[in-house]
Amino acid sequence: MSPLKLKKGSSKHSAYDLRSGYGDTQERHTIAVVVDNEAGVLARVIGLFSGRGYNIESLTVAEIDHTGHMSRITIVTTGTPQVIEQIKAQLDRIVPVHEVHDLTVEGRPVERELALLKVTGTGDKRVEALRLADIFRANVVDSTLTSFVFEITGTSEKIDAFAELMQPLGLEETARTGVAALSRGSRRQD
Amino acid sequence: MTRQMTGAKMVIQALKDQGVDVVFGYPGGAVLPIYDEIFQQNDIRHVLVRHEQGAVHAAEGYARSTGKPGVCLVTSGPGATNAVTGLTDALMDSIPIIVLTGQVPTFMIGNDAFQEADTVGITRPCTKHNWLVRETEKLSDVIHQAFHVATNGRPGPVLVDIPKDVQFASAAYTPPGKARTAHYAPRVKGDIQAITDLAELIEKAERPVFYTGGGVINSGPGASHLLRELVGATGFPITSTLMGLGAYPASGEHWLGMLGMHGLYEANLAMHDCDLMINIGARFDDRITGRVDSFSPGSKKAHIDIDPSSINKVIHVDIPIIGDVGHVLEDLLKVWKSRGRKTNKEAVAAWWKKIGEWKKVDCLSFDQSGKTILPQYALSRLEALTKDRKDRFICTEVGQHQMWAAQYMGFEEPNHWMTSGGLGTMGYGFPSSVGVQMAHPDALVINVAGEASWLMNMQEMGTAVQYRLAVKQFILNNERLGMVRQWQELLHGERYSQSWSEALPDFVKLAEAFGAKGIICSDPADLDDAIMEMLNHDGPVIFDCLVEKHENCFPMIPSGEPHNKMLLGAASTQDAIGSSGAVLV
Ligand SMILES: Cc1cc2nc3c(=O)[nH]c(=O)nc-3n(C[C@H](O)[C@H](O)[C@H](O)COP(=O)(O)OP(=O)(O)OC[C@H]3O[C@@H](n4cnc5c(N)ncnc54)[C@H](O)[C@@H]3O)c2cc1C
Ligand SMILES: Cc1ncc(C[n+]2csc(CCOP(=O)(O)OP(=O)(O)O)c2C)c(N)n1
Repeated sequence: MSPLKLKKGSSKHSAYDLRSGYGDTQERHTIAVVVDNEAGVLARVIGLFSGRGYNIESLTVAEIDHTGHMSRITIVTTGTPQVIEQIKAQLDRIVPVHEVHDLTVEGRPVERELALLKVTGTGDKRVEALRLADIFRANVVDSTLTSFVFEITGTSEKIDAFAELMQPLGLEETARTGVAALSRGSRRQD
Repeated sequence: MTRQMTGAKMVIQALKDQGVDVVFGYPGGAVLPIYDEIFQQNDIRHVLVRHEQGAVHAAEGYARSTGKPGVCLVTSGPGATNAVTGLTDALMDSIPIIVLTGQVPTFMIGNDAFQEADTVGITRPCTKHNWLVRETEKLSDVIHQAFHVATNGRPGPVLVDIPKDVQFASAAYTPPGKARTAHYAPRVKGDIQAITDLAELIEKAERPVFYTGGGVINSGPGASHLLRELVGATGFPITSTLMGLGAYPASGEHWLGMLGMHGLYEANLAMHDCDLMINIGARFDDRITGRVDSFSPGSKKAHIDIDPSSINKVIHVDIPIIGDVGHVLEDLLKVWKSRGRKTNKEAVAAWWKKIGEWKKVDCLSFDQSGKTILPQYALSRLEALTKDRKDRFICTEVGQHQMWAAQYMGFEEPNHWMTSGGLGTMGYGFPSSVGVQMAHPDALVINVAGEASWLMNMQEMGTAVQYRLAVKQFILNNERLGMVRQWQELLHGERYSQSWSEALPDFVKLAEAFGAKGIICSDPADLDDAIMEMLNHDGPVIFDCLVEKHENCFPMIPSGEPHNKMLLGAASTQDAIGSSGAVLV
């Protein structure tokens, strides 16, 4: 039998594109996951995202119920609507996961992040840094004659903006917590 | 009243309380206390495999053929890592198994101790769930949870890692009824509104098709029974994935045969042209859909699946029904009957006429006129000579022979067909047949194998002989890694890179070396007698069936193509696979 000739460019579609065409737009979702605080649970969640190729923009975790040993993981992710649905279904499949909430679908959630920024410098720059910190309602939590550590809370965008302004003023180091989020209003998520 | 016992004893007690009668395993330092307990009791049989991978596949075969979970016991480090392929296989095919691994003592974990491996870390992505048990107090509770998780919802493999000091220490035993299992309770009843919507579509459909899968088998014999009732009552055609064969009988009048990449012409065209597709416990695998954007373009799709993540993962469906196949089919039948058992009879009759035309293509025909045995002929004869045996179980390895077995053998009952579908693990079939035969000592258990796959776990001959398991190893020997060779022919300009089996053993002598029987056959005229000789031998047999070396498996939907672009035989393979298809597996 003669060999097969490969027709170059015979299909416009990527052969790996297994997902169907509907809803190609990328969406950003904040998802809250309530889990048993047991060994390895965070590895399960992170392993799911890396193993299946999902994005993580931010991930925070802490125990929220010390008697029931429950933790809340807040994940900010991006994907097409189909991928977002998959992420939620896959998270829900993990045995120690109790609840999965798509806060973005349930209404624009309250999202806050905390950051610590170390800014060094003297003279005008130092004064300007302090002035801007005041505008952003950032607190000074440590100071020397040549440095400040600012503490700022807000949306990720606000922290981005503050960090950008601090850059030319001697920003040395940043630590951010990642996003914590709750839905608005009196209703508990269910 | 609480009973105090050592962790090792707890393991045995928990297995007994879970109704386990067989454990497949291999000892080592980190599980010696448990082996000591095994020695001192007679309720649970232990099967000493020859490789831990074999233990897991044997447990899979046991599980698939009985509907009960399979159990393995292996040591730490290399014992656990050898189990990884089997765990991944079971995860992909939704097979419930429980693997117990030994671990170094808790106080040595993290020190790179002798035969230490991060077993829960390594197996996290290839188990449904796993546990490292650090306290004897928790051990029996965790083992019961492990059985619960493995067998409920979408079944799958679980692993319990037990450090050696936990096995030695004593604590109170928790019986199954007291274990904490309530938090894992997947939903089994489907939404009645969605079920009613489906019933309505069933009434109107002009070109319906049932597309069924492994989920029907997972759901239990009751689900197969309901499926048969539904198919009979509606008169709709039915096709199944590789994993679902046997749920509906191959002799049934509405059967179209398997669908997918190597599925039947009529089954794939029915899928492509239907106006209502009813997916029952199948997961729109890429072997089924081919190119997704041209998959069954004109149909409304319903999907019954217990796992919400299977829904809309690959193909968007119109009616998702989350629930267990058995429960949903029961409700569907009730609703549909109460609405008057209606179907669009005229249109469905016309649809059958069209299907009849596709059937005339006779896509599985072959011509056994030469002096060399064609693999299709060999399996047709094996089928003819064994199909009347109700207790026949067929296992397979992975490759062309696997597809031919699916095409040329007929399955009448669920749980009688054991194959590695999702992972496609060469070396699955032989140990799996060992597990099946352990569960059904008097049954006829045949492993349809390729010589290359079979060699991957051939050490299990020792197990088969030791336990007098009369497994029949039916090897279609083409001296090729046939499936690889076929792809190289079709996709890589006939450059047969590393795809033949050199230096093969003399299989007859190999069988004899293990104390088993060997049979070789190369002449089509001798084949029936040779097969009968195999069937009549009371003990394990290696059957070396020398077949045509260059036979290709057809029909074939080339990667990246839709269902209606099927290759039926050698003549149609010219220019069949586009460059984008070539990157797919
Ligand atoms: C060389 C090779 C070639 C292959 N070619 C083909 C081919 O041509 N055709 C083919 O069909 N396959 C083929 N396969 C197999 C293929 O890779 C997949 O394994 C198979 O198609 C998947 O079958 P399935 O969709 O029935 O899903 P399974 O893997 O059996 O999954 C079952 C689905 O049912 C759900 N489920 C489980 N339990 C329940 C329950 N109680 N109630 C409801 N839902 C439940 C699960 O959540 C899952 O979504 C091939 C494999 C190999 C190795
Ligand atoms: C463990 C493993 N390695 C590699 C492969 C890739 N593979 C798929 S089929 C096949 C050839 C199988 O040859 P054989 O068992 O002789 O069966 P045949 O196709 O000839 O019937 C190979 C190498 C696989 N499926 N599993």
